[in-house]
Amino acid sequence: MKQPKTIIEKIWDKHVVHREEGKPDLLYIDLHLVHEVTSPQAFEGLRINQRKVRRPDLTYATVDHNVPTKNRDVIKDKIAKKQMETLKNNCEKFGIPLADMYHPDQGIVHVIGPELGLTQPGKTIVCGDSHTSTHGAFGAIAFGIGTSEVEHVLATQSLWQEKPKTLNVHVEGNLAVGVTAKDLILAIIAKFGIKFGTGHVIEYTGEAIRNLSMEGRMTICNMSIEAGAKAGLISPDEKTIEYLRGKRHVPKGEDFDKKTEEWLSLRTDEGAVYDKQVTIHADEVEPQVTWGTNPGMCVPISGRTPNLQDVDQKADVQRALEYMGLKENQPVTEIEIDHVFIGSCTNSRLSDLQKAAAIVKGRTVNEEVRAIVVPGSFQVKKAAEEKGLDQVFKEAGFEWREAGCSMCLAMNDDIVPPGGRCASTSNRNFEGRQGNGARTHLVSPEMAAAAAIEGHFIDVRKYNQVLERMNR
Amino acid sequence: MEAIQSHTGFVYPLNRANVDTDQIIPKQFLKRIERTGFGKYLFFHWRFDDNGMKRANFSLNEVKYEGATILLAGENFGCGSSREHAPWALLDYGFRIIIAPSFADIFYNNALKNGIIPIQMDAKQVKEWMDEAAQEKLVLTIDLRKKNILKRDGEIIPFEISTYHQKKLLNGWDDIALTLQHEEKIKAYENRYL
Ligand code: SF4
Repeated sequence: MKQPKTIIEKIWDKHVVHREEGKPDLLYIDLHLVHEVTSPQAFEGLRINQRKVRRPDLTYATVDHNVPTKNRDVIKDKIAKKQMETLKNNCEKFGIPLADMYHPDQGIVHVIGPELGLTQPGKTIVCGDSHTSTHGAFGAIAFGIGTSEVEHVLATQSLWQEKPKTLNVHVEGNLAVGVTAKDLILAIIAKFGIKFGTGHVIEYTGEAIRNLSMEGRMTICNMSIEAGAKAGLISPDEKTIEYLRGKRHVPKGEDFDKKTEEWLSLRTDEGAVYDKQVTIHADEVEPQVTWGTNPGMCVPISGRTPNLQDVDQKADVQRALEYMGLKENQPVTEIEIDHVFIGSCTNSRLSDLQKAAAIVKGRTVNEEVRAIVVPGSFQVKKAAEEKGLDQVFKEAGFEWREAGCSMCLAMNDDIVPPGGRCASTSNRNFEGRQGNGARTHLVSPEMAAAAAIEGHFIDVRKYNQVLERMNR
Repeated sequence: MEAIQSHTGFVYPLNRANVDTDQIIPKQFLKRIERTGFGKYLFFHWRFDDNGMKRANFSLNEVKYEGATILLAGENFGCGSSREHAPWALLDYGFRIIIAPSFADIFYNNALKNGIIPIQMDAKQVKEWMDEAAQEKLVLTIDLRKKNILKRDGEIIPFEISTYHQKKLLNGWDDIALTLQHEEKIKAYENRYL
């Protein structure tokens, strides 16, 4: 009988071009996504060494990190503008397809890959961006790389990679109403720590994972890197297939049926063994709010900031509290915010915006709060507008923007001012991430929407009930 | 990348865990299209205040650490974003060696690609050196051939690094040139599957 294998091993082993004792594997790369920030030095390297891009047809570029989301025509920052122009020139010179700022397929690289059907089960996918793990939601091995590796993939369509260990995060039970994929992944990171995944690829399994939509699964896989993992993935199932059916770059007709069979066979075999396994109970997960300066510094909405005497890494916790302008043992619901950001490759897809809009509808953003919604892609924006979501947000007092990374890392003008406090649906609450001196609290789109209206954090489940009562 | 066989220098102790790449080099400096010149932005918001003045409470600004080439840090160094600007900034500032109890995966790789030796060392040893380096100048000699660290008092501490990475660092080899030796195999893969 064949040795049972995990999906991780199946995909990995198939892609090994060359294996040699004492060396990493040389791995073939099926899809290389490129954006403006981590690529210029790589193209420069090619030029210096007179090398070509081996497979422009397996490479796809867009601009997302730097793009203005208010007025596309105004890029005040000359250096940013130059970086975007450099990508354009490089794509023209090397023959790489590019969705530039005005292109109808433009968007955050991890939103457009799946949207266009470039992301498919069984592929190896890389990008000079750590949240490439997002694409694992489709049962692909997808990971972030540095610029030297970008250059390497451009030149050779392959990468030297140490075969990663496998880690199974098993989620038992189901999420309660009002508790989202975002809360689940934050709870996982809070429980097991921000480096428990180091050196591993995670496979998420269990009923709660199966019950998530593809967009929810992307949110989970997206934040695998915040657990230190190389990548995170979910075995493909009927939902994966249905999502992909009809997408532009996915095969059609009979070819699709054949592919479907191949994709479903990737699933982890019964009896396959992982290097490490952990379990979490979904029923116990509450809406989450981060209080500190890394994603593991996170508590349920019913919780409080830590007590210094109870923690191990006292100095780090103290520094984080200081930076965040919080006291110890402070109830999370008392934290007042002045900014709300709904967007980023974690939570900027149509269903995220729909859920936030459902909370916001007919309400008004608190007068102390500046709130913006930044759709993940041009296509998301269009779809949302067709559903009238833009009106819902605007009427409530949100700003409705063009697609891009925006306030997730504040490389463009969308910046939280020093000392400002933001409820953000993004993935990193590092010091200064959303602006120098800015304080970030990571939450789900629903929780961000509710915070926008209340001006402080509130358990969105209560909020729903309140709304129901008021509507009666 | 520049080959490195051994290195002697003194330690700057950065006693913090989970130093992320956003701290090593903040995003406003990622817009440049060059590979060089990032050193002046290293740990920017820790080193400088809002007026661009050096912060007195950040130890790297102390005169006694000027010229340090070995960075000693807490666990999970380099977590977060994949930006290679982080090792570029460290290297440009003058750090050739980073010693920590653990590293984030992408950073570890990025460091190696730039001729920085990331040395994983047990937490107890790191803690000891952290204290020592804060007291007085801690000079270390890193011998990549022998995979050990020599202290001035004669103590020798071994470290681990894969033979593959060791060889590449020692020779300053360019990955792409190495890979192209396997081009036939890459072609064969493409013919079979694509
Ligand atoms: S949205 Fe944020 S995390 Fe995602 S790719 Fe853009 S900057 Fe990175």
